[in-house]
Amino acid sequence: MLPRFWRKIKYRYDIVGSVCETCNTKYYPPRNFCPICRRRSSIKEEMFEGKGKVLSYTVVHDTPEEYKLEKPYIIALIELDNGPVITSQVVCSENEIRTGMRVKKAFRKYFEDGEDGIIYYGTKFVPDED
Amino acid sequence: MKAGVVAYGTYIPRFRIRAEEIARVWGENPENIRSGLGVFQKSIPDIDEDTATISVEAAREAIERSGIDPERIGAIFVGSESHPYAVKPTATIVGDALGCGNFFHAADFEFACKAGTAGIQTCLGMVKSRMIEFGLAIGADTSQSAPGDPLEYSASAGGAAFIIGDKPIAEIESTLSFTSDTPDFWRREGQPYPSHGGRFTGTPAYFRHVISAARKIMEENGYKAEDFDYAVFHQPNGKFPVRAARMLGFRKEQIEQGLVVRMVGNTYSGSSILGFSAVLDIAKPGEKVLLVSFGSGAGSDAFIFNITDRIESYPRKPAVWDKINQGVHVDYSTYLKLRKKIKMK
Amino acid sequence: MERVAIIGVGQSEFGELWDSGFREIVLKAGIDAIEDAGLEGKEIEAIYIGNMSGGRYLAQEHIAALIADYSGLAELGVPATRVEAADASGGLALRQAYLSVASGVHDIVIAAGAEKVTDVGSEMTTDIMASSADREWEGFVGATIPALYALMARKHFEMYGTTPEDLARVSVKNHKNGALNPKAQFKREITVEDVLNSPKVAEPLRLLDCAPLSDGAAAVILANEKIAREYTDNLVFIKSCTQASDYLALHSRRDITTMEAVRKAASLAYKMAEVSSQNIDVVEIHDSFTIAEIMAYEDLGFVEKGKGAELIREGITELDGSLPVNPSGGLKACGHAIGATGIRQAVEITSQLRGEAGKRQVDCETGLSLNIGGTGATAVVTIYGVV
Ligand SMILES: [Zn+2]
Repeated sequence: MLPRFWRKIKYRYDIVGSVCETCNTKYYPPRNFCPICRRRSSIKEEMFEGKGKVLSYTVVHDTPEEYKLEKPYIIALIELDNGPVITSQVVCSENEIRTGMRVKKAFRKYFEDGEDGIIYYGTKFVPDED
Repeated sequence: MKAGVVAYGTYIPRFRIRAEEIARVWGENPENIRSGLGVFQKSIPDIDEDTATISVEAAREAIERSGIDPERIGAIFVGSESHPYAVKPTATIVGDALGCGNFFHAADFEFACKAGTAGIQTCLGMVKSRMIEFGLAIGADTSQSAPGDPLEYSASAGGAAFIIGDKPIAEIESTLSFTSDTPDFWRREGQPYPSHGGRFTGTPAYFRHVISAARKIMEENGYKAEDFDYAVFHQPNGKFPVRAARMLGFRKEQIEQGLVVRMVGNTYSGSSILGFSAVLDIAKPGEKVLLVSFGSGAGSDAFIFNITDRIESYPRKPAVWDKINQGVHVDYSTYLKLRKKIKMK
Repeated sequence: MERVAIIGVGQSEFGELWDSGFREIVLKAGIDAIEDAGLEGKEIEAIYIGNMSGGRYLAQEHIAALIADYSGLAELGVPATRVEAADASGGLALRQAYLSVASGVHDIVIAAGAEKVTDVGSEMTTDIMASSADREWEGFVGATIPALYALMARKHFEMYGTTPEDLARVSVKNHKNGALNPKAQFKREITVEDVLNSPKVAEPLRLLDCAPLSDGAAAVILANEKIAREYTDNLVFIKSCTQASDYLALHSRRDITTMEAVRKAASLAYKMAEVSSQNIDVVEIHDSFTIAEIMAYEDLGFVEKGKGAELIREGITELDGSLPVNPSGGLKACGHAIGATGIRQAVEITSQLRGEAGKRQVDCETGLSLNIGGTGATAVVTIYGVV
């Protein structure tokens, strides 16, 4: 897991994805090949705006081992402003979350490889309603 | 060359616990805590927050507000007594999260509650010597305290980040440090909670260092208390900074804006600089600010800041006090879970 | 192309089979199928096996060789191939077996599916299942498989007015059918209230919206028409067996209330079988989650998009309705032995078309099964007929 995580740090710590300059489709996570343009694809890295709205969400009660302490947590599909759709956690109360809700990025811890392992950080979202 | 703070940003986690709630569990009289410690509530980090996440959020605010390209930041220092790793820097996490590229100097500082201001001094030196264009100094903590220890009423979480460079919004006119080997508060390697010398943390530690550093910097620069618009002192509780201010001849109005500890607790490495940030939130051009931090073990860094015209175009909302006054209050058992004080399999 | 017939079916029990290991379960299903076909065994020219995660459930790879060995077919050097597409692995094995006979390369082959899940704990199981979605960009952030289906369900609720009660009705129907199936894991009926009061798994999905993960195996023997007629007169033909793919992660899809892979596989399957959705008499659908069955009603073309819930509300997909779906009890009640499920569905449709389905028998000549991998990145649609 360690090299696998390290390799994608740039894309997890912030919302760095890619855009195909041929068809202008934006991708997160980044792709180095555009599924639409295929061999005509021209891929460039792009940092997306850290704001968007919730398309769908779920409150997860049955959690994997590494997320036990966070139970229940919220998973959402978020449509970024001028960007693609991203799967992420939204940090807020169960009563607060709803579809259409405006959210913004937040740097948070995802999980840890036990007490002596590395810590996996990444981008989550928090309410952005003011 | 004039240099100083060109940008600042802060972060305070959203959870709070009231002093009454902690007192209820340990059978203390809440009124004694409120009046004795001068701390009414404190911030608590979420389960997925630590010094690295707080540092990144505070630094992102500074970068966003100033519009500084992260790749122009030549040094990052994160001061904390609760770095997520004992070995492996927090500063590298911050650098990658901010997108600072790879050509920057990075190190973690630890000096109890003054590691953040130590970073500011280091950045200032590097900027003035033209080693770097901008330096990022962060003080952040998610400080731990043993259950039932009086520290539990104050040890909180939060942080502030400062970008140091020329063309400042708050020019550093002068800075100096007062340091001695004074074991008033410590945490040995591998221990989960800190230990302290009780009342010994007062006169020989906090007051000796804060007062000596403050007197020296005022004397060297020819200032008296009334020459300052604001003064901010390290705030381990609500009592010490008020008494230090009185000893130095400052009036209540000069320290009130920066006295955040009552409502947010002691954010350790973030403490005095969070108070200073609250002052920057309302400071006007031409005003003068005294900042004196204190780190156990022990030392104080003193600074004289002159607010410049640039502060008027610097975005300062949401303000530190806005962030402090928000928050969700939790009970003691939730607090124990959030702080991972419950031993689990 | 050769016409391909199913001449033998076999299935182990599905459930927590504490006394049986992987090898015993597979062997039971395989021998049942061989006996059902009236074969000796050595006539089999190739083995295709669907298995999702022997590597993680059993720390055993090279599953196909293991099965060849324990079935005695390694002695004859019979080629054995394992295929994997998460819980569509069984469907893939069926399709590979079908293609090998249809192409004329083989005359008689066996397609099997098997999974042994209870040798590891439930948290490990959740983790292994998460591997059927995008591990790095969904699983990493805590998006479990139920969570991803929950995202689809919520969107379906909002766009089309589907309700938790509709989902519950799917579970209730499948349990009712399962009660009639001696091989089912859960042979008891439940109520809508039971579902709505069961623990939340990933809102809006509750425990009784989710199929169990089970131990189990199933096998079918396929032969070309000429050979098949030497063994039986009660022939069930595979009229078409198609497969399609979609983006692995939900965030890459244009519409999460539609499974494009199901639509594409189904439309090709109807075309190749020269039937329409209106000709289908009995269906086995991959109801790993209740919402999946409702979406499949739509994506298989039984009803237009958004109207899936009407079929369950109006009783159309009940055993006595005009389009019985999951007479076996489906994944929910019959059990979901992951890699075995696609084959288990073929066993059920074959039993139905042969008229051997006992108390759950429906009147049918043409059947369809839909096997889905993960959250829909793989779909296998098979159409069966008696002529
Ligand atoms: Zn393109």
